[in-house]
Amino acid sequence: MKKIASLLMVFGASFSGFSQELNTGEIHGDFDLNLQSYQEDELIGATAANEVILNNAYLNLNYIKGNFATGLRYESYLNALADYDSEFKGNGIPYKYATYSVDGLEVTVGNYYEQLGSGLIFRSYEEKGLGIDNAMDGVRLKYSPTQGTYLKTFIGKSRTHFTYSDGIFRGADLEINTNELLSSENKIKTILGGSFISRYQERSNLIFKIPQNVSAYAGRLNLMYGSWNYYGEYAYKINDPSNVLSASKMNYARGNAITQNITFSKRGFGVSAEIHRTDNMTFKSDRDKDGKAYLINYIPTLSKPHAYSLLALYPCATQADGEFGMQFDVFYKMKKGTFLGGKYGTKLAFNYSRINGLNGGNSFLNDNTEHSPMLISIENEELYFQDINLEINKKINKKIKANFVIANQTYNKDFLEGHVKGDYGVLNSTILIADISFKIKKGHSLRMELQMLNSKQLEDYSAHVGSYENGLEEPAEGDWGMGLLEYTISPHWFFTVQDMYNYGNEITEKQLHYLNITAGFIKGANRFEIGYGKKREGIFCVGGVCKLVPSSNGFNLSISSSF
Amino acid sequence: MQLKKSKMNKKTIFSFLAIALFTTFSFSQNRALPNKDVKTLDGSNFNITNLENDGNPIVISFWATWCKPCKKELNNIAEIYEDWQDETGVKLVAISIDDTRSMMRVAPYVNASDWDYEVYLDSNSELKRAMGVQTVPHTFLLNGKNEIVWQHKGYVDGDEDELLEQIQKIAK
Repeated sequence: MKKIASLLMVFGASFSGFSQELNTGEIHGDFDLNLQSYQEDELIGATAANEVILNNAYLNLNYIKGNFATGLRYESYLNALADYDSEFKGNGIPYKYATYSVDGLEVTVGNYYEQLGSGLIFRSYEEKGLGIDNAMDGVRLKYSPTQGTYLKTFIGKSRTHFTYSDGIFRGADLEINTNELLSSENKIKTILGGSFISRYQERSNLIFKIPQNVSAYAGRLNLMYGSWNYYGEYAYKINDPSNVLSASKMNYARGNAITQNITFSKRGFGVSAEIHRTDNMTFKSDRDKDGKAYLINYIPTLSKPHAYSLLALYPCATQADGEFGMQFDVFYKMKKGTFLGGKYGTKLAFNYSRINGLNGGNSFLNDNTEHSPMLISIENEELYFQDINLEINKKINKKIKANFVIANQTYNKDFLEGHVKGDYGVLNSTILIADISFKIKKGHSLRMELQMLNSKQLEDYSAHVGSYENGLEEPAEGDWGMGLLEYTISPHWFFTVQDMYNYGNEITEKQLHYLNITAGFIKGANRFEIGYGKKREGIFCVGGVCKLVPSSNGFNLSISSSF
Repeated sequence: MQLKKSKMNKKTIFSFLAIALFTTFSFSQNRALPNKDVKTLDGSNFNITNLENDGNPIVISFWATWCKPCKKELNNIAEIYEDWQDETGVKLVAISIDDTRSMMRVAPYVNASDWDYEVYLDSNSELKRAMGVQTVPHTFLLNGKNEIVWQHKGYVDGDEDELLEQIQKIAK
């Protein structure tokens, strides 16, 4: 106790040393609360929670004074919402940090988030909606010795729920911006980067010699010329067998990943083309644990993140263990005053993506140092996901704005959801969406969404048709419709009613409505929302990472605030 | 006896902390930007405290290419942005929180949309976290001294009118 008191005295004294600028320090933060009640609903498969109400809450506090900052996050799971890992339990302060920067050097101790390159070998980040937080705990230094060179290095353990991983990470990254470094006005801009990460974890396997220090490295190049922008990155990871003595886990395969992206854009027009390939590139903070809490790298999903509910009903998820994918985007604005552009101009966004398996299977499946799957192979490979979509955005007159989407998606339900091959086969869906806003009077608007998903099962499924009563898998859900009405009164109120209707389900009892009613109040930095309704079980994705959300039925309350 | 002593100490610590809090940290009305780097669209680092608009107001809007209301907000403002600039001298800074999944699509989208905003990338949410942004869109208004004087969460049609009123209040 005495020690703490005297420490505090010193702390206080050092603060009063700044007496001249005492009142310039600032405290800011944000608060977030999500409360949900769970009622049983046999039809949709929703179960009641023993606690009746589950609740997640967070408070972030940051104290900032010039180049110094310190802060913490209080997290409360009493008990965690049903779609969170149950290891999030109780209250705590799992995030705290102090940082300062002086003359190009930035020092951080405690918790920090970090990403090397595009994240292929390492990304520590938080995505509260998905229950992801693999913050590091340790020390990080960033230094810029000269203009155009950026060095960072860190050591730490990765957060897993309320504890930290067994593995210790050491990482470094160097980025050189040649134009800044040479103060050059060269029209070609070049940024070069290299990164390294190593995980130390004690070996406990007595028979096999497995690496205690598992390293991964990556190199990247970014070239820009006029309207062109190229980015490429290659990553490599050494073998990382687990301690478990079973043939399926003892695997000495190495991993690699490559991503290539090129864009061109000018006023009114933009295109982007991207390919990526990943082979045995799952990197975890503990070699013996599974689950998203242990993932320590990030392989972005190669498909467009969709915000409309039926477009996102069957989302793509990255297969870090092995996939090859490509994606193209075209953005175009038809000029005002032209025939198609009309009075206000019309915006088009086209997107195509396709992801398939690796030729001959990934290196993990072929645990053989000689095996290396073909670099690019598309034909005859198992298709995981494909999405072709076109979005048309049009202002019709001063009062009406419309957004239309037409899409065709192919979704390998068996593979992406981990079913036995042949249970569901592959789904092909055609989706149509109309989203129209009407301005009623100043501040008052009505928005309407109509969505339709027409889905059929392809391949291999025929064996099961009509036989689900005999204990075989049920057919997929079939066609969906969705309608939404939203009335908003700027700047404070919104009211929404939406219904998703599975009218095409082959099982008549499962032709269900998922009705949701939401109302909200926003004032400046405070937001209150209350809702009641049913949620469909499904995969929910944000920014490329997905989680499985169970069916639920009940009230929810969410409050968020920033100060 | 031992117990009592430790209780006393606890009390001392708490009162000390309370005093320290009150004397050291005063909640100032206006708040400064955090000392954080973001990336420009051509890959350079940019410290957000270096934002500059000749002493005129600045609007910071956090958005993402996958966020419908964000795009609605920025597209609606784009239509009247020139008028706003003429009237108030305001500058809009759009900070994309797209991560590496969609980051490369930001420039093609922005250019194709004909936006005249200053656009930065915050791909691992460092600035977003430092500014207490939980969801996008989230809009901040800065006065001529780069101090945050107003903020708003979310966007519905018509919110730009309130933003303009706030800008007019602080415009020179």
